[in-house]
Amino acid sequence: MNVERTCLAGEHRALGATLVDFHGWEMPIRYGSIPEEHLKVRLTAGLFDLCHMGRLEITGKQASEWVGRVTTGDIDALKPGAARYTLVTNESGTIIDDAIVYKLPTSLLVVVNASNRTTVIDWMESHRGTLDAKLIDRSQEMAMIAIQGPQSTRILPEAVEKLHCDWDGMKYYSIAAARVQGKDAWIARTGYTGEDGFEVYLDAEDAPALWRNLLEIGGDSLGAIGLGARDTLRLEAGMPLYGHELDTTTDPFEAGLGFAVKLGKEVDFLGQASLKARKEKGPGRKLTGFRVESRRVARQGMKILEGGETVGIVTSGAPSPTLGYPIAMGYLESRVAERDAPRLKVDIRGNLEALAIVPLPFYSRTRREKKP
Amino acid sequence: MSRPEDLKYTRSHEWVRIDGDVAEIGITDYATEQLNDLAFVDLPEKGAAASKDTRFGEIESTKSVSDLMAPVSGEIIEVHTELADELEKISSSPYSEGWMIRVRMSDPSELESLLSAEEYAAQILTEEH
Repeated sequence: MNVERTCLAGEHRALGATLVDFHGWEMPIRYGSIPEEHLKVRLTAGLFDLCHMGRLEITGKQASEWVGRVTTGDIDALKPGAARYTLVTNESGTIIDDAIVYKLPTSLLVVVNASNRTTVIDWMESHRGTLDAKLIDRSQEMAMIAIQGPQSTRILPEAVEKLHCDWDGMKYYSIAAARVQGKDAWIARTGYTGEDGFEVYLDAEDAPALWRNLLEIGGDSLGAIGLGARDTLRLEAGMPLYGHELDTTTDPFEAGLGFAVKLGKEVDFLGQASLKARKEKGPGRKLTGFRVESRRVARQGMKILEGGETVGIVTSGAPSPTLGYPIAMGYLESRVAERDAPRLKVDIRGNLEALAIVPLPFYSRTRREKKP
Repeated sequence: MSRPEDLKYTRSHEWVRIDGDVAEIGITDYATEQLNDLAFVDLPEKGAAASKDTRFGEIESTKSVSDLMAPVSGEIIEVHTELADELEKISSSPYSEGWMIRVRMSDPSELESLLSAEEYAAQILTEEH
């Protein structure tokens, strides 16, 4: 299989990135050290190449109806400039992908995971029926760069000629038209790090210049961040990742994503009946946060035990750079999760280490800001 | 990359320093660079047996776990237990302060199968390309 490169591949090489094959894309896993990149985003700001993600533009009179039919969110209710985290579910109510839907003035932009792009395109096309709507895969021609971290609100505006909105008035989960390097672009206040920040959509040919310009403006306050730190950042923020917390064997309720399922919306959607039943029944297992009481790292696929019995499975784990100890997320049987302080162990290659349940997220920016 | 000439090496990136019948063992700077950020090292108990090409411990980073493989067989007579709290020494000084175990060799002829510095350098080149 050919490995695809993003329009920023030359920048990654110039920065000496360690490159890996990520779902068919040659992507930087790190430029230097993963924990240092992680802390850079928490303390100042970081720059991410997200061009591997799928960017699907949906046009036509019935665009909202089509997207509403294949996602759990109330897409019809979105006003131009709004963004929504939503899920693509199958008829049995389990998760094909998670996505962000942006309502643009005349179309919808649906951003999906790199690994699921073709699956989602095929799924949507097979459920279009006679709707007057069209899907255009913009993933190649449109670049996606994220800038995240407390300093991003200072750095990005310096690289943007015009934003059709107030920087200060721009809400979390919104998108606005902008002029960047003399051309039209979109800027969204979204991200996957637990920090304030932006995602910028612009012509792929202009992305390397913006990338370099931002690094120059940011100076010591901004660093390029690889997928390694992107993963530890989202884990600390308690955000699920497809292929770890989410897949076609999990439903939104057990994943703690019930907020994204609008069972009462006007457009009927795929999986609606199953999800109603699943909600009434209640999830048999729950996505749970853990602290590992050891320096060993609990990783995806490891068993969670109570007594001698398997009561759960780890879906993600890493040493937390912010907290200084290993953290993990995983599915725990609801009857165990609901009990007060169950005595849990995780089987790390034959070593049974104690696990303490901790509330998700592990890290919250707003919680930090409220501290005296 | 530094590969001291007086050491022997394994294909799995351990190094061995020979002093009489005692072998001091650690991992190379190439290995620490590949692992990047170290999170945890698990070393054996003093007095345990080491067996050539068999796991004697493990080392973890954010993204990976690797087995530490014994280059020679014998009794583990010393363990650098302080490393658990000083992981940075493995990266900053892999060939001296980053040593992991010392083994009293039961079969010194096993050394013959280890790589010289030059052979190890050639192996890394093939891994990188």
